[in-house]
Amino acid sequence: MARAELMDFDKALELFEPVIGLEVHVELNTTTKMFSSAPNPANSQFHGAEPNTLITPVCLGLPGSLPVVNGDAVKYSISLGLALGCEIAPSSRFARKNYFYPDLAKNYQISQYDEPIAFDGEVEVELENGRVFTVPIERAHMEEDAGKLTHVGGSTGRIQGAEYSLVDYNRAGVPLVEIVTRPIFGGEADTPALAKAYVATIRDIVLSLGISEARMERGNLRCDANVSLRPRGQEKLGTRTETKNVNSMRSVERAVRYEIQRQAAILAGGGTITQETRHWHEDTGATSAGRPKSDADDYRYFPEPDLLPVVPSKELVDELRAALPEPPAVRRRRLKSDWGFTDLEFQDVANSGLLIELEATVKAGATPAAARKWWTGEIARLANASDVDASDLVSPEHVAELAQLVDSGTLTDRLARQVLEGVIAGEGSPQQVVDARGLAVVSDDGALIAAIDEALASQPDVLAKIRDGKVQAAGAVIGAVMKAMQGKADAARVRELVLERAQA
Amino acid sequence: MSDELIRLSAAALGAKLAAGEVSSVEATRAHLDRIAAVDGAVHAFLHVEGERAIETAAEIDRQRAAGAPLGPLAGVPIAIKDVLVTKGMPSTSGSRILEGWIPPYDATPVTKVREAGMIPLGKTNMDEFAMGSSTEHSAYGPTHNPWDLDRIPGGSGGGSAASVAAFEAPLALGSDTGGSIRQPAHVTGTVGVKPTYGAVSRYGSIALASSLDQIGPVTRNVLDAALLHDVIAGHDPLDSTSIPEAWPSMAEAVRRADVSGLRIGVIKELDSDGFQAGVRQRFHESLELLEKNGAEIVEISAPHFEYAIAAYYLILPAEASSNLAKFDSVRFGLRVTPEGGGTVEQVMSATREAGFGPEVKRRIILGTYALSAGYYDAYYGSAQKVRTLVQRDFDAAFANVDVLASPTAPTTAFKFGEKLADPVSMYLNDIATIPANLAGVPGISLPSGLAPEDGLPVGIQFLAPAREDARLYNVGAALEQLLEAQWGGPLLAQAPDLSTHELTATEEGAL
Repeated sequence: MARAELMDFDKALELFEPVIGLEVHVELNTTTKMFSSAPNPANSQFHGAEPNTLITPVCLGLPGSLPVVNGDAVKYSISLGLALGCEIAPSSRFARKNYFYPDLAKNYQISQYDEPIAFDGEVEVELENGRVFTVPIERAHMEEDAGKLTHVGGSTGRIQGAEYSLVDYNRAGVPLVEIVTRPIFGGEADTPALAKAYVATIRDIVLSLGISEARMERGNLRCDANVSLRPRGQEKLGTRTETKNVNSMRSVERAVRYEIQRQAAILAGGGTITQETRHWHEDTGATSAGRPKSDADDYRYFPEPDLLPVVPSKELVDELRAALPEPPAVRRRRLKSDWGFTDLEFQDVANSGLLIELEATVKAGATPAAARKWWTGEIARLANASDVDASDLVSPEHVAELAQLVDSGTLTDRLARQVLEGVIAGEGSPQQVVDARGLAVVSDDGALIAAIDEALASQPDVLAKIRDGKVQAAGAVIGAVMKAMQGKADAARVRELVLERAQA
Repeated sequence: MSDELIRLSAAALGAKLAAGEVSSVEATRAHLDRIAAVDGAVHAFLHVEGERAIETAAEIDRQRAAGAPLGPLAGVPIAIKDVLVTKGMPSTSGSRILEGWIPPYDATPVTKVREAGMIPLGKTNMDEFAMGSSTEHSAYGPTHNPWDLDRIPGGSGGGSAASVAAFEAPLALGSDTGGSIRQPAHVTGTVGVKPTYGAVSRYGSIALASSLDQIGPVTRNVLDAALLHDVIAGHDPLDSTSIPEAWPSMAEAVRRADVSGLRIGVIKELDSDGFQAGVRQRFHESLELLEKNGAEIVEISAPHFEYAIAAYYLILPAEASSNLAKFDSVRFGLRVTPEGGGTVEQVMSATREAGFGPEVKRRIILGTYALSAGYYDAYYGSAQKVRTLVQRDFDAAFANVDVLASPTAPTTAFKFGEKLADPVSMYLNDIATIPANLAGVPGISLPSGLAPEDGLPVGIQFLAPAREDARLYNVGAALEQLLEAQWGGPLLAQAPDLSTHELTATEEGAL
């Protein structure tokens, strides 16, 4: 695909003010779907099921079938609304959004239109550079997900040119909350980073609420980014594009940046922006035009006659409000202070999206410093190498156990890395790996002394230097001893003993 | 013996079954024989269960022999309107677009009927997707009125009403969106009840207009309707609009029928010159009879009823246009591929073009238009306001009277083709029945006699406040008793004998 002409980012910012609006879809991890008793594939216990196995007549829109609202999904949505600082509607309604598409079993989507369950909120977002933004939330509403199409034949994997398409209705009816921001002004050069930080904050919130698996690569969290530019000094907002299919946090930032540069090039060249849906392509790092979108898209919304209004009691809302976890921004400030990290150290953890893992590791008994070292160091490296999430590699409990084995002197750092590999390979807990592989540090001084005496005897010149007070010469002996012990010795202890034996 | 069995009411047949005087297999066989004999002429059925019905009956007989506790309708055969999905039985809703589709599940009312030990005989004919008042809009050909085979049996549930009137089934299930149970009852001399909206689950009823549809009994007398009502009513967690509270027994209301002191409101707007003379005559005779027996007759006005049809023909098509969107060939039913293949959009389009009849297309277009941006407020929005006004008319009326009364429909059964070219005159058939659907209140239609001018059946309709369905059974049973005393038996005893019509007996299951 031809890459559009892009304007230099700084130059674009000089000429134009970027305004963004973000729509984040959160798949809730309830046990069953939004309107049926079918298992919910957005709940990890049902993830990856064979196509069309998590379905009922309701998911397929069979004639005669009727939706019934999942009470848990309503509770989750209220909790999310409250966490976003929203008002909760005393009565909200579902509506039908009518359009024909083969992944939409009924050819209408049950959504909320003019009466969303939550509205008028705001969320505090901290950027990687420490800048704090308040993002205004317009609304959060409940709806159902569509099925999934796989286009077979044709080169693009898109519906155009495909020979035939397969539909998997497992995802049809997965509960969604769509969170819509108001236009976000003032991001300026931080706008792409702000978009990323906003999505990261939503992810933190839904994870802390426990209402979504929040894995972007699985589509649990999806972001559509609306971007428009207006010339400096102009009041009226520019024409916006809506970029879809942005399924990683890094892509959110890149896509917004790309759109700013692309639109700036067009506008500066005297062109106009087409109001349209655009698709983000992870591989090329570019967006491409989708279907034209206008405000006149006619979905013929009307109140869903198969469902009653959702009328949560004040008691329920109060109960859910009282059970809300700490807001992510507050939590970050607390953790930073509890852990005694520097700004840089804390950003390091936060930006890796590992706060939850770190907190759990500290809770399981590791020191904050050790927990940070492991998660942002070796584990992050291994995760990066195999292109998976660090949190998927190893549990916080195992990391804490590993750190404690190092602290107690049972393992050296080098040994601990081998143990970690064993744990990741599924060989059991760190202690089990230590036992099975025989990796513990030799703490028996007798065995060490024997090895040291032998090494000193074989390197009389080194021994002489040490005796002359040239302590740094001990390194050669220590190396030999560590080698003889196959690394299973504490180097500091070996050094102590070498110096002791040299004087003997 | 066989002829005797088919002429029994469901209650009487149930009693004979309970007493061991007859087996369910015999009763079922008798009805299947009757269907074979007369349905070629009547065409009430789209599908007949045949031997499977006999097997089900045999199972109920075994349970009875083993001393299992069975309800009053256990072993009694029943016909089911094709709008209800039935596991393992075709369910077309009278449309080509569902031809050959076998649902994998039962509608809740069907489940309840099965649990009550009743024997499904088959599926009855109807206007396509319940759109019509004559069954002429069925994709499978019309049903004929057993009183005069050249006339319509009403609609959309003409098949259920005709099957009962022709003694092919003792009772049947129907659905009523604007009169589809009551108007066929009116023209076939049978009893039909539209329960309170939410009384009977809509789960598995192929939706026409979700906020108006209601499933109900189609029978030959009021007690049978009450017994079937008691079987199918009740909360269903699969239907969010189903009423959670428990219901009193309707059969009990029939047994205690007494109209002394009952205040009956006559709706002025539905007692006008627009109604056929014989229809009005029988209506007023019934009222006089009730008055003589202690009821008080009061004239009331429902000023907004005249707008009810206009509102109904916006709300119904709007909901229907959305409800019928699922018929797109992707998951079930007919698939028509344009010559040389086509995109999914073209396949959907070709399928809907070939699979839907003209009345269905007319209403989809009307509804799509009424919901469109820029027209929504003027059409759908205004219609909802009228709906509220109609509901207020009912509230005001029921503040003064216990039940309301009107003729069920303006005329007796008309001839085939008479109103096909003029949709509005067809729509006007439902002028008296539609307000109840807009307001969600229950209604009953029962025979009030034969119109002197054409000798065809006429029905009287009673309406009650929401959740007061029992009042309908009270007044209906009382009037039925008084009228039958005058007639010397059921009105249907005066219907022509159909046994001479065994000309084109249809094959089982291949209708």
